[in-house]
Amino acid sequence: MTQLSGRPTSTLGDGFAVLGVAIRREPWIFTVATIGSALFGALTVADAWVLGWSTEHAVIPAFRDGEIRPSILWAVVGLFVGVAILRAVGIVARRLGAGLMQYRLQARDRRAVTRQYLRLPMEWHQQHPTGELLSNANADVEAAWSPIAPLPMAVGTVVMMLISIGQMFAADVVLALIGLLVFPLVIGTTVLYQNASSPLMTRAQSLRGRLSAIAHESFEGAQVVKTLGREGDETDRFAAVAHELRDVNVRAGRIRAAFDPVIAAVPSLGVLVVLAVGVWRVESGHTAPGDVVTISYLLTIVAMPIRSIGWLLGEFPRSVVGFRRVSRVLAATGEMQYGGAHLDARGPATLQVDRLTYAYDAGTPVLADIDFALAPGRSVALVGATASGKSTLTNLITRLVDPDEGAIRVDGVDLRELSAGELARSVAVVPQTAFLFDDTVRGNVTLGADIPDADVWAALRTAQADGFVAALPHGLDARLGERGTSLSGGQRQRIALARALVRQPRLLVLDDATSAVDPEVEARILGALRDGAEAATLVVVAYRKATIALADEVLHLADGRIADRGPHTDLLARSAAYADLVNAYETLEEDA
Amino acid sequence: MSTAAPERTVGTGAEIAAMATIRRGMVISPELRDGLGGTLLLALIATVGQVVVPITVQKTIDHGLAPGQHADVGYMLRMGLVAAVAILATGVASYAMTSRLFTQAEKGLATLRIKAFRHVHDLPLLTQNTERRGALVSRVTSDVDQVSQFLVFGGVFAIVSVGQIIVATVIMLFYSWQLCLVVWICFLPLFLSLKWFQQRLSDAYGVVRAQVGVMLGAIAEPVVGAAVIRAYAVQARTQARIDEAILANQTAATKAQGFTAFSFSLGGLSGGLANAGVLVIGIWLGFAGQISAGEVIAFAFLVTLFVGPVQMGTQVLTDAQNALAGWRRVIGVLDTPAELVDPGADGEVLPRGPIDVEFRDVSFGYPGGPLVLQDIDLHVASGTRVAVVGETGSGKSTLAKLLTRLMDPTSGEVLLDGVDVRRIANASLRRSVVLVPQEGFLIDDTLRANVQWGRDGATDEEIAASARELGISDWLDALPHGLDTRVGQRGESMSAGERQLVALLRAHLADPDLLVLDEATSAVDPQLEMRMARALEQLMSGRTSVTIAHRLTTAENADEVVVVDHGRIVQRGPHAVLVDRPGPYAGLHASWVAQQAH
Repeated sequence: MTQLSGRPTSTLGDGFAVLGVAIRREPWIFTVATIGSALFGALTVADAWVLGWSTEHAVIPAFRDGEIRPSILWAVVGLFVGVAILRAVGIVARRLGAGLMQYRLQARDRRAVTRQYLRLPMEWHQQHPTGELLSNANADVEAAWSPIAPLPMAVGTVVMMLISIGQMFAADVVLALIGLLVFPLVIGTTVLYQNASSPLMTRAQSLRGRLSAIAHESFEGAQVVKTLGREGDETDRFAAVAHELRDVNVRAGRIRAAFDPVIAAVPSLGVLVVLAVGVWRVESGHTAPGDVVTISYLLTIVAMPIRSIGWLLGEFPRSVVGFRRVSRVLAATGEMQYGGAHLDARGPATLQVDRLTYAYDAGTPVLADIDFALAPGRSVALVGATASGKSTLTNLITRLVDPDEGAIRVDGVDLRELSAGELARSVAVVPQTAFLFDDTVRGNVTLGADIPDADVWAALRTAQADGFVAALPHGLDARLGERGTSLSGGQRQRIALARALVRQPRLLVLDDATSAVDPEVEARILGALRDGAEAATLVVVAYRKATIALADEVLHLADGRIADRGPHTDLLARSAAYADLVNAYETLEEDA
Repeated sequence: MSTAAPERTVGTGAEIAAMATIRRGMVISPELRDGLGGTLLLALIATVGQVVVPITVQKTIDHGLAPGQHADVGYMLRMGLVAAVAILATGVASYAMTSRLFTQAEKGLATLRIKAFRHVHDLPLLTQNTERRGALVSRVTSDVDQVSQFLVFGGVFAIVSVGQIIVATVIMLFYSWQLCLVVWICFLPLFLSLKWFQQRLSDAYGVVRAQVGVMLGAIAEPVVGAAVIRAYAVQARTQARIDEAILANQTAATKAQGFTAFSFSLGGLSGGLANAGVLVIGIWLGFAGQISAGEVIAFAFLVTLFVGPVQMGTQVLTDAQNALAGWRRVIGVLDTPAELVDPGADGEVLPRGPIDVEFRDVSFGYPGGPLVLQDIDLHVASGTRVAVVGETGSGKSTLAKLLTRLMDPTSGEVLLDGVDVRRIANASLRRSVVLVPQEGFLIDDTLRANVQWGRDGATDEEIAASARELGISDWLDALPHGLDTRVGQRGESMSAGERQLVALLRAHLADPDLLVLDEATSAVDPQLEMRMARALEQLMSGRTSVTIAHRLTTAENADEVVVVDHGRIVQRGPHAVLVDRPGPYAGLHASWVAQQAH
């Protein structure tokens, strides 16, 4: 595996190295598949030998003498049928083995890659685009093991080729030499074809991606397209790429159209030469008619399977790239370290943030000198313009990332000293963009914890989600589909809120968690939170005044620092910047 | 409540028969028919190339290798030359056939794709909404690709296979009808069971596809949900769910592969049986002088022409079926009526100037559902501002869609300047009425291209002038790349508020006479919010406007407030009057005020 990372080597060598990894991982399946394939190869050759033998010992003598021994006939039948059955067994072993091996390798890598995704810290995720990570776990894994499908076939073909070469030489050296020319010609032409067409295939693939992106975009905005009468222009935009794709496909088709007959003609022409020379060799008494038939038939049946060697080699570039990308994910290091401390207190938690500094890139801190404490049951609103560091602060409080300097303590314990999973038992967060699992409503709220339905309903009620959940076809058992696409933004946020509430957290962090909810519904949720029985220490990121007003105290963040703090009314009175920020609605009214 | 209107969904084409699909498909894409006769003729010639070798083998044995005769070297040479020329000629025919097929097919499919894309946009919003966006996208992408892929791999193979079997059969019949019968008896059961195998195979791959979907969803969770999974410490549970999906996918794929392997192996089995039969019976026929030794051997070569098609038959049939299904689905889209008929040239053209709006006894219900709007009578005098308020689901957004003719009412009529919207030419309607939706919709292009949606070919000066009038020049000027700024996919490089500004700029350039606004609900930066309100103010001046209001201030500033509840207008009048009167509006207002309070 090591020879694949870093220094540049030939694709061919790297391709074989990937195959080596595959064989080391699945030696038994590979062996069975290869034996099956070798069996197939050997018996394909045997088929030609049987035909030659039958020509020599049955057909020609029978036609010459006008009679034949029944035992010879039975031998002919037995040989043909026996070879066919064994060959079928070989085919099943080869194909099933190839599939099994390929799918097992894929599954193994996918498990490993997703484990990495779960293990690696948030910082690592933030440095890699979502699309790239998704394709690492899917398309790249698939590409890495793409040569496995033709691998046993190719190995079997090599066996078949060697046997048939031996057989040809045994039959007649001169004819065998002619036959020998055919094999490399077929393999070479196949590789040539793959090389000529694969850039076009890649291009077509990316054009299909673009076409799909345009269609997605355009249909998503169907309403705007309609109301602005843009249907024609949109069609033109789509047609331009559709035509480009058409042209690439036509070019790829022409290349295929040119290579197919060449690859088919090479063995045919080889047979013609063998026949012509064969007649002369038989005439001169150097060889028997049966040998000529055998060699001709060998060329006919071996030529096509030989192409699999070309297919295998053609998969190498894709495979090597995929393997490298997957290896990069698997080699990534860094993991959040946990201590052994526990949080045993009951009731609302205390939160202390001590002289905290955090930067995504060294040198430009997103947060600097943040210092505040929150007594049990108290609430604080984080208010600030976009990019003032509010969301980063919530990420630090929930320990998605660790501070560069300073510390965050819950009940006096530094978050870094807590054991794994301990923080989640006491602290719950509801992010701005709700993430839902492809699971039932219940699964999304409980996340697998053993929580009675009554408590789930209670949490949904507080989150004002009980109404629409009850209206879903299967209530709590309704599946929400991939990332909850069947729900509106506001509904998704409310399910995410219920997920936090059902855990009865001692510290609750709401990161603009009701932004997509109707103001009126939001008012009801906030009311329930404030007046509810289950008190918690509360940190809220908010824009709307009603949300801000819920908090005992406000931290006004500006450029990553605490610009001011105090009760909302005090800040309004003494800070013009703060007043500007939160009074936008009132300002509007006066303007109007 | 009464229910209304039949289901309006996008057609799946499921009811179209195979031959009808092909016929309809060829009408839609006439390119497919162009030169088809010539292509098939070339295919036939190409196929002949496959039997050159068996015939040559037979001739060689009978004229050169068979015992008791001297090789006729001259004859052999001439024959070899003829065979070589035949192979080359058929190769050229094969090239011509394949490349003609590809060219015409790709041309035809591009036409199909583009026509279907256009038709999706011509469908009424209602019909579009019954389908998931992704499903509509796949109609114009993967469904068409499936047809294209089939032609590239299965299609050529199928044509050559059928030709190969026909030509081989003809040659066999020429040599010996008895032996030909033997071969057919060995292969017929397989040919007949192909359909059965294919059905099982396509079921097995259906399961695989479904499992791939589930697996892709599962492996996306640790990436997209990275923060939530960590915050709730549910790594173990997530991994268990992923492992389960990966395993299910692996199992389904292996099962399908096993079935493919089995069905593939049967071709060779039949080939072995056929060869044994041919030789034994051939020798017996030889005794009767009905066949020569060369001809018997030639049969063994001809049998190989049967094996390939049988081995690949199930796969090709499956591909063919999928391609046909894809084709049907695309045709299904084209067969779905574009219900909102544009009166076109016969339509009325609205005069310029603020529009007078009237809803006359309008009701609307989604197909198969209850009425969401009932007995709406509403007059909006030209140049006035109306705010429509009501709780979520009250029907206020439907009102906006009827007004912009994204849907037609189930009963009653919507009149603009006294003309039923259904009688107004589409071009005139789109010119005069502009809807600004909640989500500013952007395409992955430059800011300029996005703004120009409002007015085709608007110059940078015109755009700058609009921005100035709306009071957002400073925002535009502050962008590092100005109008060349790329907005990213779905405008993701811009904030929600900035996307709204683009939508307003676009609307201003479009210069409509009736402005319909669906106010954004989600919070944006307060400072941006304020700027947007000023821009809106500018945009609305001198036009009639109907705003679906989610904010108190919008209602307060309107000339008239219309309160909608459960699909009916329950209250209307200026804010100042309604706010002090006991009723629904006072209630809504009180809850707004409670939110604004400190």
